[in-house]
Amino acid sequence: MPRKSYRQAINEALRQEMRRDPNIIILGEDVAGGQGASGEVGVVGSVFGVLGGLYKEFGPTRVIDTPISESAIIGTAAGAALTGLRPVPEIMFVDFVGVCFDQIYNQTAKFRYMFGGKAKAPMVMRATIGAGLRAGAQHSQTLHPLFTMVPGLKVAMPANAYDAKGLLIEALRGDDPVIYLESKVLYDSQTEVPDEAYRIPFGEANIVREGGAITIVAFGPCVARAMAAAETLAKDGVDVEVVDPRTTSPLDEDTILESVEKTGRLVLVDESPPRCSLAADVAAIVADKGFKFLKAPIKTVTCPHTPVPFAPNLEDEFIPNPRRIEAAVRAVLKYD
Amino acid sequence: MQLSREELSRAYRRMFTIRAFEERVVKEFSAGNIPGFAHVYLGQEAVGVGICHDLTDEDYIGSTHRGHGHCIAKGCEVKGMMLEIFGKSGGLCGGKGGSMHIADISKGMLGANAIVGGSPPIAVGAALTQKYKKTGKVAVAFSGDGASNQGTTFEALNMAVVLGVPAIFVFENNGYGEHTAASYSVGAPSIAERAKSFGMPAEIVDGTDFFAVREAMGRALERGRAAEGPYALEVKCWRFMGHFVGDPQAYRTPDELANARTHDPLPVFRTKVTEARLLEKSDLDAIDKSVLQEVEEAVEAALASPFPDLKTLEKDVYARY
Repeated sequence: MPRKSYRQAINEALRQEMRRDPNIIILGEDVAGGQGASGEVGVVGSVFGVLGGLYKEFGPTRVIDTPISESAIIGTAAGAALTGLRPVPEIMFVDFVGVCFDQIYNQTAKFRYMFGGKAKAPMVMRATIGAGLRAGAQHSQTLHPLFTMVPGLKVAMPANAYDAKGLLIEALRGDDPVIYLESKVLYDSQTEVPDEAYRIPFGEANIVREGGAITIVAFGPCVARAMAAAETLAKDGVDVEVVDPRTTSPLDEDTILESVEKTGRLVLVDESPPRCSLAADVAAIVADKGFKFLKAPIKTVTCPHTPVPFAPNLEDEFIPNPRRIEAAVRAVLKYD
Repeated sequence: MQLSREELSRAYRRMFTIRAFEERVVKEFSAGNIPGFAHVYLGQEAVGVGICHDLTDEDYIGSTHRGHGHCIAKGCEVKGMMLEIFGKSGGLCGGKGGSMHIADISKGMLGANAIVGGSPPIAVGAALTQKYKKTGKVAVAFSGDGASNQGTTFEALNMAVVLGVPAIFVFENNGYGEHTAASYSVGAPSIAERAKSFGMPAEIVDGTDFFAVREAMGRALERGRAAEGPYALEVKCWRFMGHFVGDPQAYRTPDELANARTHDPLPVFRTKVTEARLLEKSDLDAIDKSVLQEVEEAVEAALASPFPDLKTLEKDVYARY
């Protein structure tokens, strides 16, 4: 099977689905790039190059450059979704949702329920997440908890190229608004990715590594970090199970609880400030529904309660890195 | 274009339906039969009906918190609306939306919207669908003088011009955004001038005259149907009552309130059509009688209907779970 990058996997999912469904359109800032400029249009393909070549194939009616105008981008997508299109708006950095959040959580997310089930808004909002690029406090956040707590939204956080393609195709074939969060640090990471289209259902966790001693549940960019910690721990004979929920809404509670039933110990890893993080959320769920399985207190590994710092050494410490994950696992294992 | 007797009757029926509906909403609200808030459209009937007169079910409108009139003007069913406002089972949204969220997608009504400035971006999207699918249809964003100051509105105006979509922005300037006068809150000389500065045609219209509203909308529609781009109308009208039902309006003088009632679009319409011998007074009176009966039946149904089944509480959050 061919190996492809996370970036290529997303591009391929969009290309294949746009060929299949003429109602899919892309809109956002520089999704083509170069409109009105002196040179060629379409050479940007989004700031991280994820949409490369799509403008050339699908043209300006389907790959629509917009002003830097996030409320209008999401609002336009919401209205288009409500009237029969499948828009894929891009918010270049998830940090920018502050200027369009009303259109996401008050409008798009609520249409179906407020209107008594008679409306649908199949919008797939793509946004980039995550620290690690020295991009500072307003270009480095994750913010998935903001979306996860909103009824009516589905939230996908692919942690590898294979999942990136399958989850995006699933999003594009559903009728619900989906927030699809791309980890910037994963764009060049590769896995085997089938050429043909395939779907990964939402709410089905991936057991990335099987083990019996302890469960780590990690989200998005933290899955690879959890795996790195697990490999180090394996050298000491510690058999770690790593679970990637893949979507935070819906959340596969069953797989998490089954894993905790098996191991009796749980560490949660989430690139988010600690309060109201997915780590805190899942810890609460397990405490509520899986208390009898637990042999030790749950530990969470998150960012500190700070904005994302700029200095490289501070940012590296801010991120839930393998060293901090390993320490948390050892602390939980010590408890008897 | 001269309207036929049938069309005039329909327009009058819709205007009087809004009048009777809203007066009844005030009464039922005051009696404690309607939960929550109610914002009524009294005084603005000619705007909604004039704007929607030549729209089809395939043309879209987005509305405001003061949306009952827009719903009726777009052809939403009165009984379903009343049930919804009462929060009852059988309402247009199953009792889950309420006064500020009535929608009927099958009638091209994309929802009343409780967020001031919420509808303009959505209307741009609905208009983009029309352009993309080459339907020749349009999308209208109703908003008030208050919403004309929102950033979402500015973004929507610019986006509509940039994308060249058939969006029609209707700013109903009733003089007040909640309890603050437009003369204070709108910094520009007029909302129409402001819209024009975004690069679209815009005009100021007398919102007490159905015919003036419809004619202006005709110019906007001509441009929209030809997919030539957006258009804006600032429609001047009068809010007979407060921001919400029960607003004591201490911020308006008794003189001003009395004056507002002298700008009533219904007598204007009646006088015009009877003087021109297009409709007889007896025709109009018969419509009044029939509408009052329809509203009465809607209220009786709303009072008699049960609240939604508790089983519906968690339904319809998602299309697929």
